[in-house]
Amino acid sequence: MPAGTLYRGREGMWSWVAHRVTGVLIFFFLFAHVLDTALVRVSPEAYDSVIATYKFWLVNLMEYGLVAAILFHALNGLRVVAVDFWAKGPRYQKQMLWTVVGVWVVLMAGAFYPVLQHTLRTWFGG
Amino acid sequence: MSTETNDLVVTSVHAHTGKGLGTGNPADAFVVEPARTRTRKTPRRTRTNFEMLAWLFMRLSGVVLVVLVLGHLLINLMLDGGVSRVSFAFVAGRWASPFWQVWDLLMLWLAMLHGSNGMRTVINDYAEKDATRLWLKGLLGVATVFTVVLGTLVIFTFDPNI
Repeated sequence: MPAGTLYRGREGMWSWVAHRVTGVLIFFFLFAHVLDTALVRVSPEAYDSVIATYKFWLVNLMEYGLVAAILFHALNGLRVVAVDFWAKGPRYQKQMLWTVVGVWVVLMAGAFYPVLQHTLRTWFGG
Repeated sequence: MSTETNDLVVTSVHAHTGKGLGTGNPADAFVVEPARTRTRKTPRRTRTNFEMLAWLFMRLSGVVLVVLVLGHLLINLMLDGGVSRVSFAFVAGRWASPFWQVWDLLMLWLAMLHGSNGMRTVINDYAEKDATRLWLKGLLGVATVFTVVLGTLVIFTFDPNI
């Protein structure tokens, strides 16, 4: 294969890929989440037992991943709205993507303890 | 995105030819006609504006969902113990307020429609066979209606003394 013929994309393509992947993940979670919440109509015990799963450390870690996916999808979604509706949006799409990434990193750092506090306090007391 | 190079005003009747543009370019007379020439019988709107409305819905619902979903995550996953405090009693306390009932109902409907339309786009992009696309979208439609109806019933029929 000749060198340099594979399109590796740039900020625009990779943000599109990430938006799509996070969107599909969130959709499947949402589907499951409505079903587990529906257990409040069965009995308090049934609901509390499924919520116990949410408190298991591995699932708690996955919740941090869910927050990561939702935050990226939300921030990048606002960027897409800006690209579509703001006259200068397309010109600044790259800068806006790096802003999205920056804000995402800060928010993810801020969400680390709040989301994982259940596991952290179970493991380390306090 | 707009094209900045073309300032010429061309009426819709002449849109397919460059004749009479006065650009001085002889190639103007040989512009290829579009595959589907609009005639008097062509409806002004071909079918409906569904795809445009879907595009608009994604943006409008998306902005609202940023507020609804991030608020939901903050309350149920982060503040005051995070997931530790979630239980049947916690849900009963929240749904005692019409404000949170409306919040959750709106979030359910918008998120399901937003997600379902996104999945429709993904299916259209990757499922190449007509039959596969039809089946996947049918399945998606059934799952979406089921989830929205179930969730709505749960919110409206919730009984804290079950």
